Amino acid sequence: MNGKLNLNMNKVKEARDYAQRIASEVHDFVEEHTTVSIERAICRFFGIDGVDDYGIPIPNVVVDHLKSSNLINDGAAYVIGNAILETGLSPQKIAEEISFGRLDLRSLSYRSQDEVFDRIDRLVNDAVGKVKLNREKRESLIGELGEGKKPYLYVIVATGNIYEDVIQARAAARQGADIVAVIRSTGQSLLDYVPYGPTTEGFGGTYATQENFRIMRSALDDTGKEVGRYIRLCNYCSGLCMPEIAAMGAIERLDVMLNDALYGILFRDINMKRTLIDQYFSRVINGFAGVIINTGEDNYLTTADAFEEAHTVLASQLINESLALMAGIPEEQMGLGHAFEMDPSIENGFLYELAQAQMSREIFPKAPLKYMPPTKFMTGNIFMGYAQDTLFNVISIMTNQGIQLLGMLTEAIHTPFMSDRYLAIENARYVFNNLRDLGDEITFKDNGIIQTRAATVLEEALQLLREIESIGLFETLERGTFANIKRSPHGGKGLDGVVRKGPKYRNPFIEKMLGGRNHG
Amino acid sequence: MDNCSEKKNQFPSEIDLTRVIPYGDTLNDGKVQLSFTLPVPGGPEADEAAKQMIHKMGLKNPQIVFSKEITIGFTFFVAYGEFSHAIDYTAIRVPKITLEKMSMEEIDRFIEERIKRRIVVVGASTGTDAHTVGIDAIMNMKGFAGHYGLERYRNIDAYNLGSQVQNEELVSKAIELDADAILVSQTVTAKNVHLRNMTSLVELLEAENIRKKIILIAGGARITHELAKELGYDAGFGPGTFAEDVAAFIVHKLESMI
Repeated sequence: MNGKLNLNMNKVKEARDYAQRIASEVHDFVEEHTTVSIERAICRFFGIDGVDDYGIPIPNVVVDHLKSSNLINDGAAYVIGNAILETGLSPQKIAEEISFGRLDLRSLSYRSQDEVFDRIDRLVNDAVGKVKLNREKRESLIGELGEGKKPYLYVIVATGNIYEDVIQARAAARQGADIVAVIRSTGQSLLDYVPYGPTTEGFGGTYATQENFRIMRSALDDTGKEVGRYIRLCNYCSGLCMPEIAAMGAIERLDVMLNDALYGILFRDINMKRTLIDQYFSRVINGFAGVIINTGEDNYLTTADAFEEAHTVLASQLINESLALMAGIPEEQMGLGHAFEMDPSIENGFLYELAQAQMSREIFPKAPLKYMPPTKFMTGNIFMGYAQDTLFNVISIMTNQGIQLLGMLTEAIHTPFMSDRYLAIENARYVFNNLRDLGDEITFKDNGIIQTRAATVLEEALQLLREIESIGLFETLERGTFANIKRSPHGGKGLDGVVRKGPKYRNPFIEKMLGGRNHG
Repeated sequence: MDNCSEKKNQFPSEIDLTRVIPYGDTLNDGKVQLSFTLPVPGGPEADEAAKQMIHKMGLKNPQIVFSKEITIGFTFFVAYGEFSHAIDYTAIRVPKITLEKMSMEEIDRFIEERIKRRIVVVGASTGTDAHTVGIDAIMNMKGFAGHYGLERYRNIDAYNLGSQVQNEELVSKAIELDADAILVSQTVTAKNVHLRNMTSLVELLEAENIRKKIILIAGGARITHELAKELGYDAGFGPGTFAEDVAAFIVHKLESMI
């Protein structure tokens, strides 16, 4: 007996093998390239921070200088490391000299790769050690305070003002939220830099800045002590600055990160090459930092049909799983996404949703699956919406989802009121508490509606993966297979930030973080 | 109680449309349901504050049926009151689009027979809005709730530019494609940014001197025809709109422009 669905595990394995080959091909491409954002993330790990007189972040100033000086192919680690040897200055000081126009890296003589990387070894170890300490701090805080039961209750705050967000986030934590996500200001994903300092103005969300991370982290640590539960902080490691946001999150102890190149390609029209390269380093960082990543497959179903396109979600989850494993992310940190988005008028729709949620659970047994609430068929009738959210909560507890992104009865009307969040948490707690062990008590009828549905979706996903494997992921995205959206490998934003690695290129952080994870 | 017994014998046929008030379970009981949060700690003072607030809204007999301090210093209420004014329904005039319902096939035929060329429609969710639910329902092949979207129409070239499209980008795409109509979707917005955004699109089209050549349509949860007209659009469509409603408007308007 294979779980409750009697899934054909040979088919699951076959699908996973295809996904692995698809991911390997992507990875071969990724390995040969770096991006401006990866190099800026390396600068940040070296402690380079701040903005110049025009408000431009110093990491951008440095990497722009590398680019215009044709030094970027050697990578920031090598070039900055060499500059340390040549000038005796700290990375921050070197960056400032560049920004004042007093230092031109072209004028330096260049030493051997070994000499440079020996010199920066301690700096790299310091930065990696800091991230490791944060991971240990999280573990010890969870040990000391405890944490909420799964599914974790995940809510968003989105006021635009980090100080207002703090008020809302504390309120949510006191009401029972386990994860607070600070929605980013609209359009931040398309900025090729990370804004600086605390911010109080944003549209539909609050800018992700290192200072804002720090402010919210400290507020949630305080509230966690007050409520006797570790409160996880989530942000968005997506868009054009994936690796930088990952670095900042690792330094400021964020716990959960949306982190999915496919989402950016499809829904933000970010160039696929750029973001898949960015994603790799960002996932290495997240994996090492103990951050749970969330993937965005749920979004496919907001544009495509949740019943007909369910297999694209599974196919994408399997590809995302393989890509994550290659970046050293353990299954326990893979918050693969899916959603409750079927048309409520479908007869037996609940059974199909149940089948799909259970299928995700059985195919990814260790992953803290991220389950997304109904959005597409929320009408403005808040009373009906509350009922839809209730069914969504029932499925989640019956199928042991990991992260429950709470549905808001006012979805599609406005960003949540404080009371909307309260009602959402009350609903989820009621359902979870009342139905806690229902899933353990029931089995599904052999070859009934639920088992048949799961088998069908698995079969379709398998066929799709076979097809993707034969044409490659880039071509698949070009054909509009996911979310019915077509993207070209040469189109979209950020392609000019892709750089082929030169012979001297090394990213010492990837080496340490991947090694470090395996050796404790 | 007195109120109720007095009106007990009224039947729906006796509804006075010049004096309409809300209906709970008895004609003219005026019952209104409310929920809101006040930034005060829970307790009798909070309930009293809520009651006074409801009074000031023009509601009699405020009843707080539920109140709870949902976080320190903020109290949530569910309440009822009775509307003490009346609305003259017979005096209401709402500008709206009066078009007969047409099917996809009828619209395609209309284009063939009366427009005599394919028509081009460009749509986007603009400004800061990341929600594509509305524009997708109207434009995407599949449409919504069994109503096919514009991409499915034989004689319409539909271009859905997606979300967070800047007005400048939308206008330049419309010029590039020589669009007959622009559809602007605004779903979720904060602090009325959608109004400014919608107005600026009109200004941009006027600056490019193409406003009169293009049919400009707005859609979204909070959009009404009246609002859209006020902002300088040709039409506005609210919730419950399907692709054929929008398409029917476009083809009739286009015919009148030829």
